[in-house]
Amino acid sequence: MIDKTVATAADAVAQIYDGATVMIGGFGTAGQPAELIDALIAKGARELTIVNNNAGNGDTGLAALLKARRVKKIICSFPRQADSYEFDALYRAGEIELELVPQGNLACRIQAAGSGLGAVFTPTGYGTLLAEGKETREINGKHYVLEYPISADFALIKAQQGDRWGNLVYRKTARNFGPIMAAAAKVTIAQVSEIVSLGALDPEHVVTPGIFVQQLVAV
Amino acid sequence: MTYQPLSRDQLAARVARDIPEGSYVNLGIGLPTRIANFLDPEKEIFLHSENGLLGMGPAPAPGAEDPELINAGKEFVTLLTGGCYFHHGDSFTMMRGGHIDICVLGAFQIAANGDLANWHTGAADAIPAVGGAMDLAVGARKVFVTTDHVTKKGEPKIVERCSYPLTSVGCVDRIYTDLAVIDVTPQGLQVQEMVVGITREQLQALTGATLQFSANCQ
Repeated sequence: MIDKTVATAADAVAQIYDGATVMIGGFGTAGQPAELIDALIAKGARELTIVNNNAGNGDTGLAALLKARRVKKIICSFPRQADSYEFDALYRAGEIELELVPQGNLACRIQAAGSGLGAVFTPTGYGTLLAEGKETREINGKHYVLEYPISADFALIKAQQGDRWGNLVYRKTARNFGPIMAAAAKVTIAQVSEIVSLGALDPEHVVTPGIFVQQLVAV
Repeated sequence: MTYQPLSRDQLAARVARDIPEGSYVNLGIGLPTRIANFLDPEKEIFLHSENGLLGMGPAPAPGAEDPELINAGKEFVTLLTGGCYFHHGDSFTMMRGGHIDICVLGAFQIAANGDLANWHTGAADAIPAVGGAMDLAVGARKVFVTTDHVTKKGEPKIVERCSYPLTSVGCVDRIYTDLAVIDVTPQGLQVQEMVVGITREQLQALTGATLQFSANCQ
């Protein structure tokens, strides 16, 4: 019998090692897997590269991971916000590296990794600072920038329900990066509000098929 | 001549008049978001928010906020009957694949050739953040910009060449300011409307690029 569920968030993150690249789902705090991040802080892995849309809000979740100084580099689209003071302080002190990526390029680079593509030509960013030094090409009269996939060792995501095979459904706009990060990481760990019995999820409504999920934990 | 610039609400209402029923529309953060308040409730218009929803409704009643139902500005919103949720890959497929009919963005500067600068002042101590601005600017079928005609210091925001870092090249179709509605055309900037009381000369003096005027702009 295959059962991908683990008992605790601590068990789920136990394998995350120093220097790992970790995708973390969420748009702001919607969809942020807060309990998995708390467990990662307790686990103590350092020198992490984090992929997220933002760079932490307030004092909890990703912001707390930054404050604990576990993050060497962050790849994101929108770090600066009204409540991103933990990131702002580290950035101004030169203690964190930032790779700023337009949001759609972040999404398609993550999808490229999950899909096994070598790179993508994207129109976004052409002619701007964020494309400086990058290869470009004109295709059918439009200009594109070559962007490489973003893959990860681990993805930490949040879903609403999951079953022991790892099939997931999400809740409202908390879905955001979860499905595409799940496909792009070697090991995807999902925290869910509820683990349901196999067959309880309507197969027509499964959003992330279990093949993309290695572990799940109810929190 | 004396004239009265449009208020923020008047400007939002003016843009709203140009959004036809059935359009798929993304309203950027800030002033563009306000346009939603002025859309004709008799028209079915699909509002898209890039964090993953179509059919976005107004803010919820106090007490009914759901932290997992937010818009791209991370404000609490609602979903209209018939609306739906999707992940970021699908959301940016809608944006970059030419499926969004109209996006409305704010601006630091707009150039005569339609270049847009709205994400970064270029200041050395600024922490850059871009979000979905570049994707919207490059991907929507029509890109509208709403902005004050000049900066708080009185400097033109419509210029020959942007001095701020670009968001996208040649992307703007129409500019709605508190003084005028201006189309960006291959022949240059074409003023379609001006507020009552302003002259062509006054508007030109507040603009950093050459304007052409439609016949009805006297």
